[in-house]
Amino acid sequence: MHKIEAIIQPSKLDAVKEALLEVGVEGITILEARGHGRQKGHTEFYRGREYSVDLLPKVKLEIVVVDAMVEKSLQAIISAARTGRIGDGKIFISRIDDAIRIRNEERGDIAL
Amino acid sequence: MPLLSPKSPRASVSTTIAIRCLLIVALFAGVAVLAHAQTTTDAGQSARIAALEQQVAANKAAAASAQTSGDNAWMLTSAALVLMMTGPGLALFYSGLVRKKNVLGTMMQSFAMMAVITVLWAICGYSFAFGQGTAYFGGLGNLFLHGVGVTPNANYAATIPEQTFMVYQLMFAIITPALICGAFAERMKFSAMLLYLTLWSIIVYSPMAHMVWGVGGLLNASGGKFPCLDFAGGTVVHITSGVSALVTALYIGKRVGYPKEPMMPHSLVLSFIGACLLWVGWFGFNAGSALAANGLATSAFVNTHFAAAAAAISWAAAEWIRSGKPTALGAISGAVAGLVAITPASGFVDPMSAIWIGLATGVFCYFMVVKVKIWFGYDDSLDSFGVHGAGGTLGALLTGIFATSAINPVFGAGKATGWLEGNAHQLLNQLTGVALAWGISIVGTLIILFVVDKLVGLRLSEEDEHRGLDLAAHGEVGYDWEINAH
Repeated sequence: MHKIEAIIQPSKLDAVKEALLEVGVEGITILEARGHGRQKGHTEFYRGREYSVDLLPKVKLEIVVVDAMVEKSLQAIISAARTGRIGDGKIFISRIDDAIRIRNEERGDIAL
Repeated sequence: MPLLSPKSPRASVSTTIAIRCLLIVALFAGVAVLAHAQTTTDAGQSARIAALEQQVAANKAAAASAQTSGDNAWMLTSAALVLMMTGPGLALFYSGLVRKKNVLGTMMQSFAMMAVITVLWAICGYSFAFGQGTAYFGGLGNLFLHGVGVTPNANYAATIPEQTFMVYQLMFAIITPALICGAFAERMKFSAMLLYLTLWSIIVYSPMAHMVWGVGGLLNASGGKFPCLDFAGGTVVHITSGVSALVTALYIGKRVGYPKEPMMPHSLVLSFIGACLLWVGWFGFNAGSALAANGLATSAFVNTHFAAAAAAISWAAAEWIRSGKPTALGAISGAVAGLVAITPASGFVDPMSAIWIGLATGVFCYFMVVKVKIWFGYDDSLDSFGVHGAGGTLGALLTGIFATSAINPVFGAGKATGWLEGNAHQLLNQLTGVALAWGISIVGTLIILFVVDKLVGLRLSEEDEHRGLDLAAHGEVGYDWEINAH
C-alpha cells in the first residue's frame, strides 16, 4: 500500500477529486496549505506599500491506495491538475506499512 | 243727504294727523331697524375678524408645529446616521485594515467610545461644549443635562427640541476620538485607550467644539472674533482627531516589526462595507448640520456626495498612474478623504466646487499616505492623520476659498463669503481656525498621553502585542474557523 501526497492549485481540487473517484479511489483527505516552489509568490499593494507574498494558497491532498491503484491514481491526478504552467504542483509517493480501520480494527489492504 | 258725503273736515284732519303719526312712527321704526341692522353688521364683522385672527394664529402654530415635526424627524434621523458612522462604519473600516488577531480589539475601541462618551456627554461633555461660557469653553450650567429638555434652544436650533440637538452633537463627540484609534492600532492597552480618549474628549474636543459652534465661541462664524467657516466639523472633528493621531503615533512608537514585517489588512471586505456605511452616514453628519430639513441641508447633502465621488476617482487614478493598478482600498480611502474635506465646506459651496475639493483631496491624501508617511517613517497605522488630519486641513482652507453667499449668506445677504467671491480675508480666518485646532490638539494630546503613560502605561507588552489585542486585552478571538470549532 502507498500514500500519495499531491500539492495542487486550489482551483484544480474539484477536477482532481472527480478524476480520482472515476478510477475508484474511495477515501481522500484534503488540507489547505500555503507554500511555494520555484515560481515564488506575487506582490500586493496596500495604500502604496508593496508586500511580496511568497507563500501562496495551495491544496494538499492525501490518499492511501493499494499497490494496484497507485499508477491509475497518479495518472488521474496528473491529468486533472496539469495546466502546463509553472506552479502546477508536486506529487510525493511513499510506502505505507499498515492501516487500521478504527471502527472494527481491520488491518491491511482491507482497511483502506 | 248724499249717501256718499265727503268726510267731515274734522275727520279728515284727524286722519291726516294719524297718517303723519304713523309716518313718524314708521320713520323712527325704520331708523331703529336700520340702526339695529348697523349694530348687527358691526358685531358680525368683528366676530369674523376675531375668527380670522384665530385662524391665522392657528395656521401659524400649525406651520411651526409642521416645521418642528419636519426638522425634528430629519435631525433624529441624522443623529442615527452619524452614530452608524462609528458603529458599524468606522469599526468595520478600521478592523478590516488590521491583522486578524486584532479585529475585535479594534472594533471594541469604536464601540467603547459609543458607550463611554455617551455617559460622559450627559455628565459634563455637552455642558462644556455647548453651555453658556467664555469664548474658549462652555459652562457648568448644563452639567448632568440640567435644563436640557424638549424646549428648543434658540441659540442653536429654534425649531427642534434641545435634546435632539444634544443627542445629535453627542454622535459627533463619539466618532471624533474613535477616529484617532487608527493611529495607535494594534498596540495600545485597552485601559490606556479608555483613559486617554475620555480625557481627550474633555480637554480637546469640548473646548474646540465650543470655540467653533458654541454660543459666543472665539471662531464662531456668526459673532466670533475670528469667524471661521466650519459647517460640519472640519476643524472640530477631523483636524483635532487627525493631528492628535499623528502626535499619538509619534509618542507611542511603531508597532513591533514595523515596517520590516508585512502588516497587511486582514479583510478589505470589512473595510469596504465600513467605508460605504461611512459614506451614507456622512449625509447625516453634513446635511444634518443644517440643523433643519431645509434647502441648506440639501446643499450639504449634494456637496457631500459629489466630493466623495470625485475623491474616490482621483485617489484611484493617482494610484493607477503611479503603481499600475487602481485598488479597492485606494478607492474607498479616497472617498473617505473626500468626505473629510467637504465636511467644513458642505454648507457653504456649490456642487461644482465640491467636485474640485474632492478631486484635490483625493490626490493630496494619497500623497500624504503613500509618500509623506514613508519619508518620515511614523507608524500612523491606519492613516488617521493622512486622511483626517491632512484632508481636514485642506478642506478647511479650501472652504475659505470656495465659500459663496449664494449657498449660505453667513455674513449677510450678498456679502462676499469666500476668496473667490472677493473676501480674501476669509482665508486668514480659516488659517486661524486651523492653527488653533492644530495647537490645541498637539498640546492637549501630549499632556494627556504623558499623564496616561505615567498612570497606566500606554503600550501592550511586546508579548501581548504578538498575541494580538483580541486575546491579550479581551480574552476572545474574532474568528474561530478551526477544525474543532462547534
